[in-house]
Amino acid sequence: MSDHLSTAQQPIVGAEHARVEGIAKITGDAIYTGDMLVPGMLHAKVKKSPHARARIVSIDTTKAAALPGVHAVLTGHDLDYRVGLYIVDKDILAKDSVRHFGEAVAAVAAESVDTAARAVELIEVEYEVLTPVLDPREAIKDDAPLVHPDMGDYQFVEAAFTPQPGTNVANLTRMRKGDLEAGFEEAEWIIEREYTNPSVQHVPMETHVAIVEWKVGDQVTIWTSAQSPFTVRNLFCAAMRLPHNQVRVVVPHVGGGFGGKAGIHLEPLLACLSKVAGGRPVRMQATREEEFSLLPCRSALTYRIKTGVRSDGRITAQHMTMLWDAGAYADYAVNVTRASSYSAGGPYDIPNAWVDAYTLYTNKPFGTAYRGFGHVEFFWGLERHMELIAEAIDMDPLEFRRLNLLRPGSTTLSGELITEHTGNPRKCLDAAAAAINYGRLTPDEEEHQARTGRRIGKGMATLHKAPAMPSFTASASVIKMNSDGSVVINMALMEIGQGCNTAIAQIAAERLRFPIEKVKVAVEKDTDKEPYDWQTVASKGLILSGNATILACDNLLENAYGVASQVLRTIPADLDHDGEKIFVKHRPEAFVTFAQLSIGYVFPNGNGIGGPLIGVGRYIASGLTNLDKETGQGLPALDWTYGAHGVIVDVDPETGEFEVLEIASAYDVGKVINPAIVRGQSLGGMIQGLGTALCEGYIYDEQGRLLNPSFTDNKIPTAKDIPNKITSMVIETPQLDGPYGGRGVGEHPMISVAPAIGNAIQNATGAELLHMPIRAEDVWRAMKDLEPIDNWITKTPIGSCRSEKLGAHLPLQDESLIPAPAEGELVSH
Amino acid sequence: MQVSVNVNGMAYQRDVEEHWTLLRFLRDSIGLTGTKEGCNAGECGACTVDLDGQTVNSCMVLAVEVDGRQIRTIEGEADHGELSVIQAAFARQHAVQCGFCTGGMIMSVRDLLRRTPRPTVEEIKEGIEGNFCRCTGYEQIIEAVLDASDQLDTVGKGELKYV
Repeated sequence: MSDHLSTAQQPIVGAEHARVEGIAKITGDAIYTGDMLVPGMLHAKVKKSPHARARIVSIDTTKAAALPGVHAVLTGHDLDYRVGLYIVDKDILAKDSVRHFGEAVAAVAAESVDTAARAVELIEVEYEVLTPVLDPREAIKDDAPLVHPDMGDYQFVEAAFTPQPGTNVANLTRMRKGDLEAGFEEAEWIIEREYTNPSVQHVPMETHVAIVEWKVGDQVTIWTSAQSPFTVRNLFCAAMRLPHNQVRVVVPHVGGGFGGKAGIHLEPLLACLSKVAGGRPVRMQATREEEFSLLPCRSALTYRIKTGVRSDGRITAQHMTMLWDAGAYADYAVNVTRASSYSAGGPYDIPNAWVDAYTLYTNKPFGTAYRGFGHVEFFWGLERHMELIAEAIDMDPLEFRRLNLLRPGSTTLSGELITEHTGNPRKCLDAAAAAINYGRLTPDEEEHQARTGRRIGKGMATLHKAPAMPSFTASASVIKMNSDGSVVINMALMEIGQGCNTAIAQIAAERLRFPIEKVKVAVEKDTDKEPYDWQTVASKGLILSGNATILACDNLLENAYGVASQVLRTIPADLDHDGEKIFVKHRPEAFVTFAQLSIGYVFPNGNGIGGPLIGVGRYIASGLTNLDKETGQGLPALDWTYGAHGVIVDVDPETGEFEVLEIASAYDVGKVINPAIVRGQSLGGMIQGLGTALCEGYIYDEQGRLLNPSFTDNKIPTAKDIPNKITSMVIETPQLDGPYGGRGVGEHPMISVAPAIGNAIQNATGAELLHMPIRAEDVWRAMKDLEPIDNWITKTPIGSCRSEKLGAHLPLQDESLIPAPAEGELVSH
Repeated sequence: MQVSVNVNGMAYQRDVEEHWTLLRFLRDSIGLTGTKEGCNAGECGACTVDLDGQTVNSCMVLAVEVDGRQIRTIEGEADHGELSVIQAAFARQHAVQCGFCTGGMIMSVRDLLRRTPRPTVEEIKEGIEGNFCRCTGYEQIIEAVLDASDQLDTVGKGELKYV
């Protein structure tokens, strides 16, 4: 959409404009939800389960309720509401049983945080502790204890998901492309491996926080740190059975989200406490520890890939089996499963493919959206697998990737035809490879090896992702002119750090041909004032809100031209405009200013015409379809953003210690709207990917208790951890229906950083890593061909990588889904 | 307990409870919310302030300890509506995304540049090591510090490359 940039002035789209809300943030003036004071505000605390799986025998809240200053105490049985977007499986407080460590079983609202904390201590809970189901490979077995015995009663989105009541399978997504058996017949090599990664915490610097008041007459106001104000309202109203016009959701500045603040979280509980407390507003901010286990994380994944390849390097068939460890609730994990399924083969042309992707309930903190929406997790396995295949067939890994990349005429796993406009994965791969001098060592690198005794390795990995969203996802933008001719844009796409307000301001300024200083994007989002947007997720904001904003600008100009044509006594087609005024093309001295038109034009005799100028833009994804439930065929992708990373590491061949020296990344973004913001997403995502690759992950004891819910035991990258050289590159293959050709790149930089590092380590040492994060001891053990260590659940097999044995034992429900091993099957050495 | 402090040049006298941290005192008692709580355990640096010329994690200091002392927070960084050199560099170099770590980050940079007016990249990394940022990947923050210390021309900075 709108691919030509204005020539009358320096284009605004593509320029490095300063972040529009930056000053408020660097002065400390920006107000976040946790900074707000609402008159009469109470403070909430929750009582949390110390057990992963237990029956609640009794809860005694008498002492807590009697404590002076306590206004409300709630337990699960006081609340008859379930909450969810895709599968409605979560009570606001645990009822009868607890399903994960850290789950809330009771809550208090009191006049101070200290009183609320004392009251929570006074609540007595008696549990009957049960053995938890922690390993998804156990959870899928027929005789596994059920995490959700009532699954059959849950509502869910039937067009997209297939829960299997009576089991722990919250969803099974299948993809069927081509003839898998024939594909394996054609193969000369079959390589099969299993890849794993643990749950990970998003770690927004601002933990979840909300303030909610439920006034008489069921008038509810929610101030919250959320990515998606309208989804908070929709889910809240659905759970509470309230009309939407009685519930208002307000979101000020948000201190990072990364997916963890999509959907709905603390808001329903605080609303219920407020209702009991007579309408007093109730505030709660999660502690950092609560952020790890009361609030959701990223799901763990076990990904098994079996690939058939010819000796010339062409992939003939691939069977992919995903076990997504949803944890105790699967509302989002079911959709992560679905989005990962149609994307599971990566940017490769795989003629015959099956995916069986299971979402499994276990007794662990639950998963939700996290930057990349499944792709960070499965690309670890996929891009390590491509490396191992190349090694097995003795082909250069870069050549092997090039040979199998998607190209115009290829089809995706769900049957979408790739064209020259879809994007260019080849250019991304080649650019990243060239930037690290892939395939050779420079003289400096030779010298580095000689001097340090460490070995340098170089590795590549590709990535792709489409927004995971309903086929009919919609956004709107409203642009209102002020009486001085400046404009304010209202939209519900939330600025959470990604820079959308700046990008939208640039697009509007470009479209209007106004200087950007005349364009303001409202910071605080309010469902009573902003037009609808589905969510701020999935890297879909640029295309959907960008297009809605272009349409809103066009509508504003059309309205302005209509009035101006009356004022100037000509037809709109004879008019043109600049940043100040509308004028007659062939008589530029005949003009009327936007300021004169902005709230209605007034003739010299006092007559008024027009009225306040407003433009409305509505945009909905078009042409997308549901996926066939049996075959997964259909059109789920608004757009595809491709990318690739090249990584240089040096590894101590004795100890396995390694350092990431350099990362170079390239993405096909269609059109750069703001280079500094694209670079910011690239750098930030890459370093978040580095954390996931090297050190982050949940560790449990055998009882399912989370052992590392803090920054002491769950490190995230600091400034000292970043590589010395980071290169961010872009390719611009215009997205035909993107704003000025642009497409999203918010999530992509985080995807495939880990396998690029793993591949570089393999290049240096031969270590065949199957588990991420990659710690020095993992490298050391892999170099020695030792069984990987496993401390993700201490003394249990999670995190282990036993690929040969598992072919026969992978406990899938329907064994017939796995093709029998081919005759003379080869497993790479 | 009564505490008298000077914050950003303004004198305050307040009654505080003994267990209140300086962070809580600044936010809840004085109303300066630019100092953020990220972990309340002294690990993330979002609550960094200047106490008598030294940066501290204000979640690790009790309010009663600051009686009679001078504190400077992010709200004291701009001077009569003019951004400081560091703040202007942060804006220019896109060193801010969600902004939640930014106040504490700028306090640490201020301390670094006072001690080391022209820090090397390595010294910058060490200077802000105690301040977590989950958004930026630190690179543009490092470039902002180079800019603020007038070294961008000599050290150079990264650019988005069009292929």
